[in-house]
Amino acid sequence: MSSSPYTSSATSLELSAQNSPVDGDRLRARDLSCERDGRVLFAGLDFLLPAGTALQVEGANGAGKSTLIRTLIGSTSDYHGDILWRGKAFPGALSAMRSELLYIGHNAGVRRGLSPMENLAWYGAAAEDAMAALDAVGLYGFEDTLCQQLSAGQNRRVALARLYLPGAPQLWILDEPLAALDVAGVESLESCMRGHLQRGGSVLLTSHQPVNIQPLAKVNLADFQPQESHLEAEYGF
Amino acid sequence: MGSEAVGVSLSKKAQSDEARGVALDAYARVPGFYTLFRTELVLAARRRSDIVNPLLFFVTVLAMMPLGIGPEPEMLSRMAPGLIWVMALLATLLSQESLFRGDYEDGSLEQLALQPQPLYFPVLAKVLVHWLVTGVPLALLSPLLGMMLNLGAEGYWPLFVSLVLGTASLSLIGAVGAALTVALRRPGLLLALIIMPLYVPVLIFGTGTVQAALDGYSFGPQLAVLGAILAVAAALAPLASAGAIRISLEN
Repeated sequence: MSSSPYTSSATSLELSAQNSPVDGDRLRARDLSCERDGRVLFAGLDFLLPAGTALQVEGANGAGKSTLIRTLIGSTSDYHGDILWRGKAFPGALSAMRSELLYIGHNAGVRRGLSPMENLAWYGAAAEDAMAALDAVGLYGFEDTLCQQLSAGQNRRVALARLYLPGAPQLWILDEPLAALDVAGVESLESCMRGHLQRGGSVLLTSHQPVNIQPLAKVNLADFQPQESHLEAEYGF
Repeated sequence: MGSEAVGVSLSKKAQSDEARGVALDAYARVPGFYTLFRTELVLAARRRSDIVNPLLFFVTVLAMMPLGIGPEPEMLSRMAPGLIWVMALLATLLSQESLFRGDYEDGSLEQLALQPQPLYFPVLAKVLVHWLVTGVPLALLSPLLGMMLNLGAEGYWPLFVSLVLGTASLSLIGAVGAALTVALRRPGLLLALIIMPLYVPVLIFGTGTVQAALDGYSFGPQLAVLGAILAVAAALAPLASAGAIRISLEN
């Protein structure tokens, strides 16, 4: 299960690339472009997310990070180009992808009328696993407090506790997972993601902060902004 | 151990990944109908105002009616079936707007939509709970209000049964409108405009049931039509709601 001692992170990247398309490149975007309200957010975006690696999507506010993520999870079909999951193209591969997806978005999917324990139970966790996960995110003692009485950061931790449940899905797509977390929380989350990568999982995340995990590739959406968008905005329509 | 061995270990890893992917289905995902239903029931029990407000509206407005239109017993008893039914309809409508809103805002609706299984059952669970906490109490209260409005005693039973069947249809139909308007910040009258026309058949056959009983006729046919509307709504409305939710989530 754990990667062989002979493979440094770099070689494991190469090897898993050879191993494609079965396991190597989990998620791949080819010449992807998205527009919103007539404005092209990014165009010609290419990336590859092999097993055991992480990808950080960067970009200024409004650069299209969340739109990219919503496109990748299949919430919107308004895009051009190809998205491939294990070598098969969307939308055919969408349900296969979703069966291995753990997505935590901007709205984290924590029900405020439920306690942290009940929230995790809603996500199908057994009681002792949920307890251990809440302990790991530092919510020991808050298991049965209603989430509406917890702070924003604590609610974020409830959502992130899903990552600590045993047998979490292979592909993690996390929109701003570090937002509203304190220093200790960020470190704990990073070590959790490192463990996930070592087990052969993949992580795609957006963040404005540097993320201390390896191997980490970066995509900056500013590099894929079309030049003519200004002209279009001014003279188009 | 050369790169070959590493390659083997990697392909083994690939296999175990696949195996884990299958075993995973039980884990960290949204559970079955019973758990969804129980969660909704727990949530409803914690937001008591959502249960009490429609009932309070129902009772208060109907208590005002004799004051507004005069206390003549014959007029009140003639208007009672229609008044009770219209108020039940409005009370259901009022409580319907928030049906999916909370889940939409906290992102759990999106999590549900990402599951490989259809949205039909989560929607059905929500509607069922909505009916249990608004429609059933309305129906239970209706004989009391019938008494206040001088409804003939032979109308109590048909009123109760028609309200039980009818409010279930109203909850189901209203869910479609609630799903369509969930992404709007202030749906206001839009929800009413969308679903009021669909409420009309339920209203007609609901009041028709009670009226037939008061006039001494058999009310079985009207109840049968209400039952048929409920059967169609139960089959189709969650499907339509699920589609509407997916559309709402796309934007």
